Amino acid sequence: MCGIAGLIYKDKSVNIGTQLQGMLQALKHRGEDSTGYALYGDTDGKNFIMRFKVGENVGEGSSSVSEETSVYDERIKIVNSHILGMGAKIIKEERILPYSLRYEVSYDEKDLREFSRKIESVPGVEILSMGKSLEVIKDLGNAKDVCDRYNLDKIVGTHAIGHARMATESGVDIKSAHPFWGYPFSDVSVVHNGQLTNYWNNRRLLENEGMRFMSECDSELIAVYLAKKLRDGATLEEGMKASLAGLDGVFTYFVATKDSLGMAKDTMAAKPLVLYESDNLIAMGSEEIAIRAILPQEIDTYDPYDGEVKVWQI
Amino acid sequence: MANLKTTDKKSKSQSMGMHTEVLTGRTQQKFFNPSEAENFYYFGTYDVDFNKRTELDVKEMTAPEANKEIDNLMSQGFGTIVIKNPQGKHSLGVGILNKLNLIFEGSLGYFGMGSCDGPTVRINGRVGWSCAENLMAGKVVIEKNAGSCFGAAIRGGDLICKGSVGARTGIDMKGGTIIVGGDAGAFTGFMMQRGRIIILGDVGINLGDSMYDGTIFIGGKIGSFGSDAVPADLTASDKDWLKRKLKVAEIGEKFDVSKMTKIVAGKKLWNYDNLEPHEKKGAI
Repeated sequence: MCGIAGLIYKDKSVNIGTQLQGMLQALKHRGEDSTGYALYGDTDGKNFIMRFKVGENVGEGSSSVSEETSVYDERIKIVNSHILGMGAKIIKEERILPYSLRYEVSYDEKDLREFSRKIESVPGVEILSMGKSLEVIKDLGNAKDVCDRYNLDKIVGTHAIGHARMATESGVDIKSAHPFWGYPFSDVSVVHNGQLTNYWNNRRLLENEGMRFMSECDSELIAVYLAKKLRDGATLEEGMKASLAGLDGVFTYFVATKDSLGMAKDTMAAKPLVLYESDNLIAMGSEEIAIRAILPQEIDTYDPYDGEVKVWQI
Repeated sequence: MANLKTTDKKSKSQSMGMHTEVLTGRTQQKFFNPSEAENFYYFGTYDVDFNKRTELDVKEMTAPEANKEIDNLMSQGFGTIVIKNPQGKHSLGVGILNKLNLIFEGSLGYFGMGSCDGPTVRINGRVGWSCAENLMAGKVVIEKNAGSCFGAAIRGGDLICKGSVGARTGIDMKGGTIIVGGDAGAFTGFMMQRGRIIILGDVGINLGDSMYDGTIFIGGKIGSFGSDAVPADLTASDKDWLKRKLKVAEIGEKFDVSKMTKIVAGKKLWNYDNLEPHEKKGAI
């Protein structure tokens, strides 16, 4: 059991870090092995924001192996040289935690695949997100733990999706935590509640076509599956509709891009989702109490049906 | 009568110290003597006065705290309780075995009004998954929408949603009536065993899948029939019953029931024809 939440404001920016934290914290009983945020913040759109990790959190409950900070330092040096080597420029550099960094990068190339491959060729390095607006932050602990650790309450933007995880089929670590970046597409992120039963078949097919997997978490398949559809020229909504047949199992998932938010529910309607929709705000979560965290007043909500796909634009 | 005996022959659970007795005899039965008033006491119930009314704000309470306070108010004789600020909390109002007028001024989360026997409940909001699961008797009315597994395994009473409901409405129900004013999702009436479901709007795929018995009435479009769910003729008594039920439920009184589709179990899936009467009873 995991919990997912998402929100999008159509006509204004708000403190989405705080709002999503409230929604996810309300769902912490669905899992607090790890919590992840995909926040679409207000930026000038000139530079890429790259969130990446050079190691794992080895705190309580972690399934990862401890490494020396000096190992992280060495990896960062190599990453920096790779960035410069590819003609990109580091505009701003923040080391949030010993293993977690946020860079603002000036990079003119539109294809991020080669860039990402080069960075991730450094052992232990994973790009959590790359985009002009998207920032994926994920770590062990509940929503408040992660929000406090990364100072997410300061991020202002239009939309966000997040995930409270109870680890089932893969480890308690950052690489298996949601959201997943829709590599190599900038600003695409996915969160999922459920279980996919044709993960390995799909993974083999997609890897043969050059797609990249970083974990053994079945949910990563959704991000890769949609990225492949986008690469083949499908729209986001077309890709999501195709996923209802292409992905087997039970799922409710959210996907977000720079200017949109979408949801899809499997044909068995086996996983929960409650949706609130108004002219200027869409808020949804695994349980109504997630929505109540930001809308305490009485509201009209409903459960989307089996096989339903919805996409909202800013 | 069932007898409890101490035995030397130990099962695995006994050797683990979980219990020492074995249950022998036909069944557990309790015979009531009308002259013994104490035999009519129903554990967990109270004498309440419907005219004695109070309000309870549960905004700062957990679900167990709120439920204990409802129980406490019933023990003081309050027969009408208005719950303020439920705010989507889970498991509110569960296990009420009383006659009681209970009004929620807002929405409930999962498992609201579960395992109840007797109360009349009005929820001025929506409900999450598994509302009124295992309802034995009473009436629960939801003014807005409901989530999936609405009325799962109910055995009696009336469960009414004026809005739309999610998937698997009436799953495993064993009696009672579920009425939905709007649409319903996939697998409505999944494995239902008895009782009736009325949906005034459309339903999703696999309607009545693997139903053993019971009846489903649909007013709108049907996504698809599930295994062993078959249409049946709508009789005059069906129409009369539907009209009465919709009127009592204060929902769809002007609805043209003659246009409804009636669905029953084909009774092929469970080899009914090959079962002896006592086996059929056991299957249900």
